[in-house]
Amino acid sequence: MKRWIVLLLACIALPLVSGEYYINLASQILIFAVFASSINLLLGYGGLPTLGHAAYLGVAAYLSALVALKFGLGHLAAAPAALVGTTLMAAAFGLIALRATGLGFLMLTLALSQVLWGTALRWVSVTDGDNGLRGLARPAPFGINLDGATAFYYFSLVITVIALAFMARFVSSPFGAALKGTRDQARRMSALGHDVWMIRWLTFIYAGFWGAVSGLLFVYYHKYIHPVSLSLANSAEGLLAVIAGGSGTLAGPLVGAAIVMLLKNYVSAYVERWNMLLGFVFVVIVVFMPEGVVPGVKRLWRRFISRA
Amino acid sequence: MQYWAIQTLNSLALGGLLFLLAAGFSLIFGLMRIANLTHGALYMLGAYIGVSILKVVPNLWAAAILSGLVVAAFGGVLEKLVLRKLGGNVLGQVLVTLGIAFILADFCLVVWGGDPIPVPTPSWLQQPLRVAGLAFPAYRLAVVVIAVLVGIILFYFIEKTRLGAMIRAGVDDREMARAVGIPVSRLFTTVFCLGAALAGAGGVIGGPIMSAYPGLDADMLPLALIVVILGGVGSLTGAFVGSFVTGFVYTFGVALLPDLAYVILFLPMILVIAFRPRGLFGKFAA
Amino acid sequence: MSFNRRRFIQATGATAAVSAFPGVSVSQNAPIRLGLMTVKTGPLASGGIDMERALVQYLKERNNTLAGRKVELFVGDSGGVPAQSRTKTQELVERDRIQVMIGPLDTASALATDDYIRQAQLLTLSVAAAEDMTQRKPNPWFTRGTSTSSQCSMPLAEYCAKTLKMKRMAVIADDIAYGHEMCAGFMRVFEDNGGKVVQRMFPPLTVPDYGTYLAQLKTNVDGIFLGFAGSNGFRFVRQMNEFGLIKKVTPVGGMTALDEAVLRNMGDEALGIVTSCWYSAEIQNPINQKFAAAFRNEWKYDPGFYAAATYTEAAVLDQTLQRIKGNIEDKPGFMKAVRSGTFDTCRGPVRFDQYGNVVGNIYIRKVERKEGRLVNRVIHTYPNVSQFWTYKPEEFLKNPVYSRDFPPAKNLEP
Repeated sequence: MKRWIVLLLACIALPLVSGEYYINLASQILIFAVFASSINLLLGYGGLPTLGHAAYLGVAAYLSALVALKFGLGHLAAAPAALVGTTLMAAAFGLIALRATGLGFLMLTLALSQVLWGTALRWVSVTDGDNGLRGLARPAPFGINLDGATAFYYFSLVITVIALAFMARFVSSPFGAALKGTRDQARRMSALGHDVWMIRWLTFIYAGFWGAVSGLLFVYYHKYIHPVSLSLANSAEGLLAVIAGGSGTLAGPLVGAAIVMLLKNYVSAYVERWNMLLGFVFVVIVVFMPEGVVPGVKRLWRRFISRA
Repeated sequence: MQYWAIQTLNSLALGGLLFLLAAGFSLIFGLMRIANLTHGALYMLGAYIGVSILKVVPNLWAAAILSGLVVAAFGGVLEKLVLRKLGGNVLGQVLVTLGIAFILADFCLVVWGGDPIPVPTPSWLQQPLRVAGLAFPAYRLAVVVIAVLVGIILFYFIEKTRLGAMIRAGVDDREMARAVGIPVSRLFTTVFCLGAALAGAGGVIGGPIMSAYPGLDADMLPLALIVVILGGVGSLTGAFVGSFVTGFVYTFGVALLPDLAYVILFLPMILVIAFRPRGLFGKFAA
Repeated sequence: MSFNRRRFIQATGATAAVSAFPGVSVSQNAPIRLGLMTVKTGPLASGGIDMERALVQYLKERNNTLAGRKVELFVGDSGGVPAQSRTKTQELVERDRIQVMIGPLDTASALATDDYIRQAQLLTLSVAAAEDMTQRKPNPWFTRGTSTSSQCSMPLAEYCAKTLKMKRMAVIADDIAYGHEMCAGFMRVFEDNGGKVVQRMFPPLTVPDYGTYLAQLKTNVDGIFLGFAGSNGFRFVRQMNEFGLIKKVTPVGGMTALDEAVLRNMGDEALGIVTSCWYSAEIQNPINQKFAAAFRNEWKYDPGFYAAATYTEAAVLDQTLQRIKGNIEDKPGFMKAVRSGTFDTCRGPVRFDQYGNVVGNIYIRKVERKEGRLVNRVIHTYPNVSQFWTYKPEEFLKNPVYSRDFPPAKNLEP
């Protein structure tokens, strides 16, 4: 708990010591961290590998944008509409995706998100296709203007902390324990009388909800949404962030999100072939640190401590 | 009448290309349980290598075979050095193949540049074939013929040779195959190389129709996935039938309902996994 | 893979300094910080790499000095992803403190960065064609020296109707805003000149093969207008040839269909094809002859749309800076200077209208073989073409922006 408080304090202090560019980068890391954490609920705690989670981020972003642009409604209407709509979609998709497990589940989540991506691209009359939707505004909760980098950063920080707090409660609750049980020993859980399918389906919906939250943050930050945000690459990066940081831990996705975002946005200025570098990092982490950075570091730390 | 005839021939040609791509994917998936997300990139790599080979050896078929061998070698190295280390970690293997795809795509960009490079059609196939008042590109018909030939050769290989029997055994029941003394690890490498070779050669053969361009891997991979899921994993017949079904669905779907192109493409696959996970001819659920 | 250590150290130092003291002001003799927003990875890379090459050539020819001040170039790669383009632009502005930006390359990226450009008041010399940014929603910091999507297709439509005497045409373009806008402009002018557009097809941007569209193509049309970008134009023409259609239906192309970048990979099937563009490597003015020869010498191929785009924007930047005595810190002054006066560039003389869009020559070109390679020879020039063609701006702007649905296609035959 102490470590979390220290981290939180560091996050709060960040804008005091950094320029605008770094504050913006930190906001993006937070948004991506929420996205990765929502994937982690399924992958790390549920043992269900999803390669289509960008669908929830994207659909929430699009719904929020469309409510604002097509109906002229403000965020008080757009945000709940986006969250409810996406969560219902997650429920529906869960029904389809959970007809399989393991690789089949992976393929289904991938296929479903590809269908959405293709629809966003081709349903030009609604989504304006490859142009994306622009001219969006950030919300002004309690009248506070979020256009500045620092203001938006604190807003994202508050949302991220709330999201992580909820996810932490979820994971340590009896339901969470049951979920971990279905990850490790599905048949035994079933024999003990748990409804494995229902546990997974509810988790799927919950993960979709938080994915939607990250989608809202995403569209608020960028003030723009484009079909590419629903693409396989986006889902894959989220998955990588979880695996890199350490699935099945709460801090893992945060670390992973930071790693991926820094590589993409910061390092790419200095290394021209950053795509290749991202691929290499992918491969190296999966092969040599399959449990992820956070558990790996914990392991080394414990060894260091015991030696001292 | 002309329209339907040409669309049918288009579908067959696309199906033929997809078969070359998907046959390897299906075998790898079937035997090794790896969804090889590098497969699209291997296809693209094959196309690019073919382009370079054609500068020295101006014969498309020779270039296809040579390119296939090079890509097979690469595949073998990939399997032995990277995939083997992740034995058992199915998700890890899938992710690693995705990472390698990233790397390959960027590598091709560095070596061959960002412009699309055309692959010249063999001169004796350049003129359209005129039959009953219809003009149809001769090369596309040739692709169908090649796909059928490759299909027959693969079928014979899988069904009638000892190596093929070992592969079939491995697909059916890996543990039992090991128990019976089949060298499953070596088989893995062989099959991966074979799949890579088919993809690489396919890239060259598809070259005159599609050229080699950055993004070719991302265009072909989803199609391979669809074919294999539809047709069934680990089944050559499934890959064959699935390829032509996909070819027809895509060609006619795009023509009749262009706005729903992606839905049309993926919907059959979703329905199949959800309601018949084995696919049409699969040995097991994906 | 290159790691630019000097830039890394420079930038880290600069960042540390600037981020700690956000109020640092820049003196007159400090270098001008120029940003290039382009695409160097992914499918749009070939155009993006050309953009960088031409710009670097322009700066090198002048010893990296414009209007007496040194120029530092910062290059951003968006990978063709609009959100990434926006993020990179922010990075260039917030971390590298660029004062002026050339780019972005693609329409979607320009649209995504629109509001940020307004917010940061970033002087932008664009390559991307997004029409509304200089029409109904004009961005005061945005100028474009290339062309809107339809600025080149409208004159071509008149050429097809009046000179080539075509009466019935089909149009086909990528299913993106750029393609829709080009076709809409073409269709409007063609029909206003007595022709009829009887078929319209919009294949997805990344379709692997055009067989299914070629099967649907009507053969009782005089010509087909190609509104493709990237390599699609070249693939389509090749496949038209394979289907035996190229003799029956005459293809004419928009500004990116048969760009020099793809032309060099084509063969005899491209000979004689007419296209329109604001540039051709074969333009015979002294600036271009020098530019094209030097470019060809260095890179072994002719400059095309993207290379000429940044070379042109660089010339505009250069001449504007000279007029305001290098004082780029005066942003409103810069914008005012850009929108008044003419500039001499490799594409001919240009000036900018009140919305920031270029007014200049549009060339009708024909593909011919010269010295063993394919070139776009200029066969006709329309001078002083604005984004509104022959229509009055006020009336033009009263209509909705060109799109898939406007102007409505009245003459389509099933």
